[in-house]
This record gives sequence, structure tokens and C-alpha cells, in this order.
Amino acid sequence: MGSIGVLMLIPMNTYLEQELQKRYNLFKLWTAPQKPQFIKEHANSIRAVVGNAGAGADAELIEALPRLEIVSSFSVGVDKIDLAKCREKGIRVTNTPDVLTEDVADLAIGLMLAVLRRLCESDRYVRSGKWKKGDYKLTTKFSGKTVGIIGLGRIGMAVAKRAEAFNCPICYYSRTEKSDTKYKYYPSVVELASNCQILVVACPLTEETRHIVNREVLNALGPKGVLINIGRGPHVDEPELVSALVEGRLGGAGLDVYEHEPEVPEELFGLENVVLLPHVGSGTVETRKVMADLVLGNLEAHFSNKPLLTPLV
Amino acid sequence: MATPNHPGNHDHQSKELPQVLVLEPPPIMKLHGDRFLNDFQLLKAWESPLPLDQFLSIHAQSVKALLTPGRYPLTRNILQLLPSLQLVVTTSAGLNHIDLPEFQRRGIAIASAGDVYSEDVADMAVGFLIDVLRKISAADRYVRKGLWDTKTEFPLGSKLCSKRVGIVGLGSIGQEVAKRLQAFGCRIMYTSRNKKPSVSYPYYSNVLELAADSDVLIICCGLTEQTRHMINKDVMLALGKEGVVINIGRGAIIDEKELVQCLVQRELAGAGLDVFENEPHVPRELLTMDNVVLSPHRAVRTPESLTAMCEHVKGNLEAFFSNKPLLSPVMNI
Repeated sequence: MGSIGVLMLIPMNTYLEQELQKRYNLFKLWTAPQKPQFIKEHANSIRAVVGNAGAGADAELIEALPRLEIVSSFSVGVDKIDLAKCREKGIRVTNTPDVLTEDVADLAIGLMLAVLRRLCESDRYVRSGKWKKGDYKLTTKFSGKTVGIIGLGRIGMAVAKRAEAFNCPICYYSRTEKSDTKYKYYPSVVELASNCQILVVACPLTEETRHIVNREVLNALGPKGVLINIGRGPHVDEPELVSALVEGRLGGAGLDVYEHEPEVPEELFGLENVVLLPHVGSGTVETRKVMADLVLGNLEAHFSNKPLLTPLV
Repeated sequence: MATPNHPGNHDHQSKELPQVLVLEPPPIMKLHGDRFLNDFQLLKAWESPLPLDQFLSIHAQSVKALLTPGRYPLTRNILQLLPSLQLVVTTSAGLNHIDLPEFQRRGIAIASAGDVYSEDVADMAVGFLIDVLRKISAADRYVRKGLWDTKTEFPLGSKLCSKRVGIVGLGSIGQEVAKRLQAFGCRIMYTSRNKKPSVSYPYYSNVLELAADSDVLIICCGLTEQTRHMINKDVMLALGKEGVVINIGRGAIIDEKELVQCLVQRELAGAGLDVFENEPHVPRELLTMDNVVLSPHRAVRTPESLTAMCEHVKGNLEAFFSNKPLLSPVMNI
């Protein structure tokens, strides 16, 4: 096993890195002064790529690795992987579904509460000494607000289940209406946004869902509406989001993802109706360990000719 | 609807409307004005130039009803100046500002906030817990300072699912907290003055044992002589180094000095606090900690709760003056 080359694209998890180092011949792309050179140099021994939400195997990389057999992503989203190319070349792809569903859903609710109840802003208020001068203002109740979910997959359903415990009516948009759910369906995102107060992005990023939250949707959500993005930055037209917030056409936003991470539009830094997180949806000690074990387990299965644990391709 | 009261000599107009004494305006009045109480004649003590005892002696001898906010202590001294008092309506979720035994002795009924605020307070408790475990406020600060880059990882948080949550006080607020956290996969246990037969959560008869079996303690009880400093050093040590304390009750339920020490010495992993022993003063050490979330006693302060409280207060006063049962009488003092 020691001679199998595995290319890790960016730092993502110390435990995963250490285990990969123990089991395989690990190449850390981020340490290379010249990346294309580095890849060329080691291309003949690299049989696996490990990426995550931030970096994946695009067509160029796949072409540069003639011995590539498997791409194992330390994430559930695989929008950075050229799946079509992998299929074409018979390259296997695995991700980490299910194990991070709860953490991401928890964070979505946490963002809703943080935005509506201004948790971060009032914490700043206390720390700056302002409480000594006067009470903090009123903030909007969360319980009972209508929550609209784009994408009723595992994460969307988990968000719905949690929001229901707060007596929030649930509605959703999905490519097709789901027959086995009691939640109200809307056939378009604009209609969904017009009929909810909190809009959550919980679908995969594909060509169809890029900028699924655009100016029209943001206007429909409105000055009392709140957008929660725990999907991918490109789901939302970011410049439109920024102007909607700055101009008060949108009531607030809780964001875990951005179009060009780690860049966050600086216009948002001065707004008290936004909460900004550095893509930590699955960021718990417990879940990252389970995700890492899933990556390792998939690689091990592949290289021992056993069925993959969580294959996508 | 409003029965005329039978006053002694007093020089107010509108003798038909029942009188309600207000010593200090509650938050709802400051924010909404007093139109919601148009069916009553309000005696506004704070507007008078007279010192309080004089005002009460002259104007409030036949007053039967008092509307009071939470921050105004209702002591024996005040009661002595209100010989006709039969009802206090409080807009506060807590009752620690009311000398309960003295009220009981005098047969004065108390109408509490009922469960008007419970959802908002429970929401805040859950918000704090997610914030502390997942470092939401800390991460927001990190991003706004421009510290996010791809090379250094923001510290990982801790998962909510399967956390053992000990609820201290399973009243209306505690039950709303429990219902919410169950949906996150938390395991709920509780302590309360009495075991609640209608709930299936494991019951602990004392808070120390609850803490020993919990990862999180959420303080949802009222402040009484029994609960003052109930969350002491022993309880916090029993909760443990990974433990989190959330307080949406009253600051004095926790021994604040000990809480700060435990946090400083990492005997506790974090805290979410809406209340403090000496508001608006917050212990200096907490102001620079990344593992605490601080809030200026505002869990009930939403327009929705305050509007609902206006209706609730009006409802209680209407019930009293028409000899109907109060909406939210305080029993079992």
C-alpha cells in the first residue's frame, strides 16, 4: 500500500493528513512551489485525489493524472469535481453524505437565530460597554416564522425537522414535488421566496442551480426576509445579495459560504443584520473525524477491490 | 365590561373606569404607550412630583390593582401603603421582585406573565447553545476581522446531537427548550421542585447529580431563596471541562464569581448568558473570552412578545374587574 500515490489538494484535516501519510505515498499539493511541475513530476504514481468543498478534481487535473482511479472528497458537495469527465474515464468518486447532515442543519438554525435575534451584534454591544448606557433594541421573534427550503434532500429535511420544533411552517422548492412530505411545495424559487420569511439554500450546486437565488428572488424575499446560505456561494448572485442588503431590500442574511472563499464582500462587515461564518457547516471535531474515516474507508475499499462505502460515480 | 369601583375621596376624573396603579412603566408601556389600557384609569406614580409614599397615601388608598414591571421590588413597605390592594399584574417572567410570602399573607393575587414569553426565551436559550458549541459569534468576529484564509483553520466546534442537556426548572420555558433541543438529537434530563408526571425526560432530584450526568446545563428556573447561587462551584466542576452553562433565568442563580473562575481556569468549556448578578455590569474577564456569548438581558424583547404581553395584561385586568378567573394566576408560592 505504501507505493500508492495519493494527491491531497489543500489542507483540510490534520488527522486525515496523518493517516493518509501513514498508509500511502502522500503528495501535498499546497506545499509545491510550482504546482503544474509538481503534478507532472508525480503524475505516474498518483492513483487517488483527496479534495474537499474548496478544491476538487477538475478536467485539467484529471487529464494531468493518467493513473488516476479514484477521487475521494472530504465533503458532501462535489461541484468542484468534473463528474462527467470522471465517468468518461471510469474514475470512481466518493463523498461524505449523511455524516454531516445534522451539523449543517444545526448551523442553519443557529444562523437563523443569530440573525433574527441579533446574537452576534448584541454580544458586541455588551463587550463594547454599551449596555451600561442603555438597553439593546428589540429583535424579531424566530418561533413561528415560515421557513422556505430550496432543496428537500437530507440536509433540507433535517433543517425542516428542527424548524418544526419552533412551530415554523415549512415550505419548499425542489426540482420535482415530493409525494411523501406534508410540507407545502412551490414550483419556483420566486414563489417560495414570496411566501416565506426565512429562505434556506440546501440543494447541491449544479449548472442549473447556479445563482438560483438572484435579484428577483431576493426582492421577493423582501425587506423583512432573511436568506440563509449553507449550500455553496455560487447558489447566490453575491453582488445582488450585497446590494439588496446594503439598500435594505433584504432584511438580513446568515452566510456560511461565498462565491470566492475565503473572500467575503467587505460591504457586509458593517451590517448588523448579517452573520458571516467561514464555511464551518460540518466543522465539529466529531463530524470531521467521521468524514475523514469515510474518506480513508473509501480509499481502502477501492485499493482492496471491495465495494466503495459512499460512491457517487 | 369594566365595573365601576367605589372610591373614597379622590380628585381624579373618569370615576367609572377601574383604577390601576402603575409605579413605574413596564417595557410594554415604554414601547407601546398605554392605549391598550384605555379601559382603565391609570394612576401613574412616576409622573407625580410627590415622593412615592406621599403619592400613595393621597391617591392610592382604594386602589385594588397594581401593574408592575420586573425591575421594581414590591416590598412590605409599599404594601403597607396600599391597604385595598387585591391584585398585582406583573409583566416580568420572573417573580423575584415580589415578596411572595407577604403577598400570600395579605391574600393579594398575582397574575404572572404566564407563557407569553416562553417561546422567545426558549429560542434564545437554543440560540446561545448553538452559538457556544458551534462558535457562531466567535466565527463572525473572525471573518469581520479579515482573519479567514485557506491556510489556517478556524477552530472546530462541537456537535449538538447526543449532547446530554440538563434543564434546571421544567416550567413553561424549560419545556419549550426541551421540545426544541429534542429535534437536534439532544438527550433531555431535568431537575425541578417537583417531578412532572406528564413528561418522560429523566428526572433528577438535585442539580449536582444532574450536572454530573450532563454536558450542558440550561437555567430556566426562577430566582428564589432556594435557587440563589444554586449553580455553585461544585455543580460547575461536576458538569466538567467540556461543560456548557446557558443562563436565561436570573444572574443570581449562578455564583458568578465562581463561573468566571471556572471559565478562566478552563474548568468549563463555555457559557451563554443573558442575565448577570449585577446588571448591566458584566465581569470584565468575560468580555474578552471567545467561548462565551453575552447578551444584555433581552430574551423577551421582541415586538411579538411585547404585543402579546399587552393583550395578556389587559386580559388579566379585565378578568379581575369582572370577577372572572385570572388568565395566569400564580399558585403554589
